[in-house]
Amino acid sequence: MNIDFSAADEQFRQQVAQWMHQHLTGEFAALRFRGGPGDEDFSPELRKLWEQQLAQGRWIGAGWAAEHGGRGLSINQQVIFFEEYARAGGPGRMGHIGEGLVGPTIAAFGTREQQLRFLPPILAGQHFWCQGYSEPGAGSDLANIKTRANLDDPSGHWLISGQKVWTSLAHESDWCFVLARTEPGSVGHRGLSFLLVEMDQPGIRVQPIRQLTGTSEFNEVFFDQARASADNLIGQPGDGWKIAMALLGFERGVSTLGQQMQFQNELDEVVRIAKTNGAAQDPVLRQRIAQAWSGLRVLRYNSLRMLSGVQDGSLRPEATIYKLAWSTWHVELGKLAMDVLGPEAELLAGAPYELTRLQALFLFTRADTIYGGSNEIQRNIIAERALGMPREAR
Amino acid sequence: MELALTDEQRMIQTSAERFLTQVASSSAVRTAMASERGYDAETWTRMAQELYWPALAIPEVYGGLGLGFVEVCLLQEQLGRRLLPSPFFATCSLATPALLLSRNEPLKERWLPLIAAGEIRASLAFTSAPRWDDSGVQVYAQSHSGGYRLNGEYRYVIDGADCDLLIIATRTPGSVGEAGIRLFAISADTPGIQRHWQPTLDQTRRLATLTLTDVVVYDEQLLSEPGQGWPMLRDVLHIACIGLAAEQTGGAQQSLDITLSYISQREQFGRRIASFQAIKHRCADLMLAIECARSASYYAACIADECLNIDGDPSARQQLGEAGATAKIFASEGFFQCAAESIQLHGGVGFTWEYDPHLYFKRARASEQMLGTPAFHREQLARQIFGERT
Repeated sequence: MNIDFSAADEQFRQQVAQWMHQHLTGEFAALRFRGGPGDEDFSPELRKLWEQQLAQGRWIGAGWAAEHGGRGLSINQQVIFFEEYARAGGPGRMGHIGEGLVGPTIAAFGTREQQLRFLPPILAGQHFWCQGYSEPGAGSDLANIKTRANLDDPSGHWLISGQKVWTSLAHESDWCFVLARTEPGSVGHRGLSFLLVEMDQPGIRVQPIRQLTGTSEFNEVFFDQARASADNLIGQPGDGWKIAMALLGFERGVSTLGQQMQFQNELDEVVRIAKTNGAAQDPVLRQRIAQAWSGLRVLRYNSLRMLSGVQDGSLRPEATIYKLAWSTWHVELGKLAMDVLGPEAELLAGAPYELTRLQALFLFTRADTIYGGSNEIQRNIIAERALGMPREAR
Repeated sequence: MELALTDEQRMIQTSAERFLTQVASSSAVRTAMASERGYDAETWTRMAQELYWPALAIPEVYGGLGLGFVEVCLLQEQLGRRLLPSPFFATCSLATPALLLSRNEPLKERWLPLIAAGEIRASLAFTSAPRWDDSGVQVYAQSHSGGYRLNGEYRYVIDGADCDLLIIATRTPGSVGEAGIRLFAISADTPGIQRHWQPTLDQTRRLATLTLTDVVVYDEQLLSEPGQGWPMLRDVLHIACIGLAAEQTGGAQQSLDITLSYISQREQFGRRIASFQAIKHRCADLMLAIECARSASYYAACIADECLNIDGDPSARQQLGEAGATAKIFASEGFFQCAAESIQLHGGVGFTWEYDPHLYFKRARASEQMLGTPAFHREQLARQIFGERT
């Protein structure tokens, strides 16, 4: 065990920091520290341009293998990239779902032809993706998917009908990956397929969901005979569940370190406010701030452990705690921010319902313990997969 | 950067686990804790002289194996799982780090080889009050013809009634706070030291009160350099917290493991109680607490390792306080949570003397207090976060 970065890694850190310093300027300066969770609808057009800027620096997919157009950066270097990106105030990534989720999935399960068709536009910052998993009747019970797809023989297209929900940034996306039932009459995780669907077509309608924050990062997406070409199916028909689960595994990768750097930025703001408004003298708040501080350190150490000794993306049982750990930490930070602000926490940035950054944090973190597998589902996963306890009846 | 065990470290961990499974059964632990010394001397001799555990972190020039504090922490974790009473913590996580941080070569050459050879047991005595910072140092050292005359009382000295070497902290009369503190390494049988074992709530670790009456010590026995007593003691305490955190992590893990084993067999309402979601979710929370404690203690062990290594990264010293506090906070709260839940999930038998959960519960309570509660360490962190102390 050691916690030192090599001299070469430290040099790489300088390179990233310098690149960010040189490029997150001019028109892009407005994006600094923006576009994160709770702020995802901030300036999407400019953030897409920023993605192209990143692409020019070859920072998109920098951890991907060279055969897929990446730079094959080591885990350490990827960690460093995400840390320096967040430290410099790099905006929330519009391309995250493409780069972090569907890209690695296509690389792992797609044909060579699919890889050549879909990966380069992700790397170029040109295609933006959204995720079509959840449905009104398939939240925690994700396998209860009702959206169906039938292969239309004359056209050679899959025809997709149904409804997806909680689709982040669907209105800003070019493509959606859809988990749909392709085997009529099948139930549960059997008979599902993983389809890539172009968003700009008559069969798709996107309707924003107004959240308790007043903003709309999430959407409902309605499919009515929407089309996907036959060769847009990843793997085999019926492989959908396996691929969907593998994709969720990619989510717990190196980008977690960048997420934590954003958390540090938020915590720094809470500390700064506590110093100026006297909360720093309150013994109870001091305890809670110190707890948050040490908790964030522990999230980092958890991630470093998760990433150590992992080359193939496979995670050990202890990785199952990751989502529960960070969401629980973050939701408490949101509450702490309000308590440190005191009565000031009530006052909006403006009418009709313009939130300050910390108000948005407070409200948005209530979603953290729900999306991507609620904390209750996470506890089931930990108990069953890591601790080997009896499975829930399904 | 690699926060995972090397093959060699995994081997040390596995062989320690195997050895302790043999020698530290529940009945062996109970026999040891009820014995006069509080530990089994024969088992300690095997640990010290056959397995060379105290030699692990001591450099080869002093007769040690030249490994590091990470390896010590791996052993602490395994010892914590079994609750085996032994002088290991006091000798290897308290006294040895103090000697390793010292620049008094003759003193190191005198004591470290004896520890490495497993011939002596050592401990650290520093506080006279229920406090774990500089204000607790209240044994006074009056200058006295080429030496010092010590008077006062040390409390909560781990294994202090039955050790050979004592690292002690003293205060110059009239000094307050961080000033005026010195560290000495003295033989435990130095005239004028009276040592009393005190029965404790947690019977797996002995505490002693030491009364010093006109004890005479000399400059040659000084571990700390002028003005450096407190910084040195502070670092030693941080490192000890890290060893303790590893031990607590092991205790937390075992609390969960014995609980899982029990609830997988116990049936009520016609089903194993482990199948109830109310129980599964609580066990998931315990695993979360344990893995957080383990991550914090591994990282902190690496920092301690750097601080104790002459060729270590000098910037590690600045992280020691934060890493030590974080490990102690998470391991203390994690262990207590796991041990308390272990009693609850065992139900009625969890409340008996016969079943083991109470041993872990009492150890968790004692260790949470030892070297500073989570609240104490959070306050230390808060001072650092708000820049109130450098």
